[in-house]
Amino acid sequence: MINWFKFASPASFYPLAGKLWPWFAALATAFCAAGLWISFFVAPTDFQQGEGYRIIFIHVPASWMSMFIYCVMAFWAAIGITFNTRLSGMMSAALAPTGALFAFLSLWTGALWGKPMWGAWWVWDARLTSELILFFLYLGYIALTSAIDDPRRADKAGAIVALVGVVNVPIIYFSVKWWNTLHQGASVSLTKAPSMATTMLWGMLLMALAFWMYSIAMSLYRVRAIILEREHHAGWVAELPEMQR
Amino acid sequence: MNWGSAAEFFAMGGYGLYVWGSFGVTFAALLIETQLARKRFADTRRLLRRELAADREALNEHASRRP
Repeated sequence: MINWFKFASPASFYPLAGKLWPWFAALATAFCAAGLWISFFVAPTDFQQGEGYRIIFIHVPASWMSMFIYCVMAFWAAIGITFNTRLSGMMSAALAPTGALFAFLSLWTGALWGKPMWGAWWVWDARLTSELILFFLYLGYIALTSAIDDPRRADKAGAIVALVGVVNVPIIYFSVKWWNTLHQGASVSLTKAPSMATTMLWGMLLMALAFWMYSIAMSLYRVRAIILEREHHAGWVAELPEMQR
Repeated sequence: MNWGSAAEFFAMGGYGLYVWGSFGVTFAALLIETQLARKRFADTRRLLRRELAADREALNEHASRRP
């Protein structure tokens, strides 16, 4: 049985994160190489959208990650509020910039896909608007937490934003069902067979795995900097090998 | 294989601007994010090292001044 609370202490999580992130970075690179190969050289041309559909290999994984990362932030927020663990707030703070980036990329690639296929960069459609709100929630979280000087209070305030804002995630997900939207419905769902060629599906899943591993590596890397920033007066920081000359 | 030549590959059947605009910006953004995170970590570490060195010096001075 692993003692999880041992790793809830920044002093023991810092070296663990340092050991883990290179593995996730390596996995991200490998999945990305395989995913790009399939995206461009294996997946066939779409009979309706020609080569333009290849944006899907970035667009869908980026959108998934933007929603998933927000859920993980809300999870850490709940843990932080319940157990009052310091590391939870640091994990949320480490995840937020990556989540914001994926939300931006989802909107960006969506605009570049919408222009040739729908004839518009942007429409005020339920799916697009709720994703834009997600992007603003990330920015709001980052702005709020960095405006409060006391990190523990910043974590508390950020946790509220994460927990309240997470309501938006199912709204994004089901928006194509609940409203009549220009955005197409889900191509992949848990309940029915995917409505796309197997190789296309593989390309998308590999790119999603690549982004997932990237996000883990990135948050583990960033949380180390956050731990150092916040714990700089702690004795264990002074004893780290990288702090000696 | 979908492509007869490199030119065909870059043209993306007329969707080159949109496809490369998506992939290009995505990978540029991820690259920038990793570099910013690296810089943040290196800056923090440098600052802390300096702080610790100053602390040690102050301690030594204090110790040497004692009779």
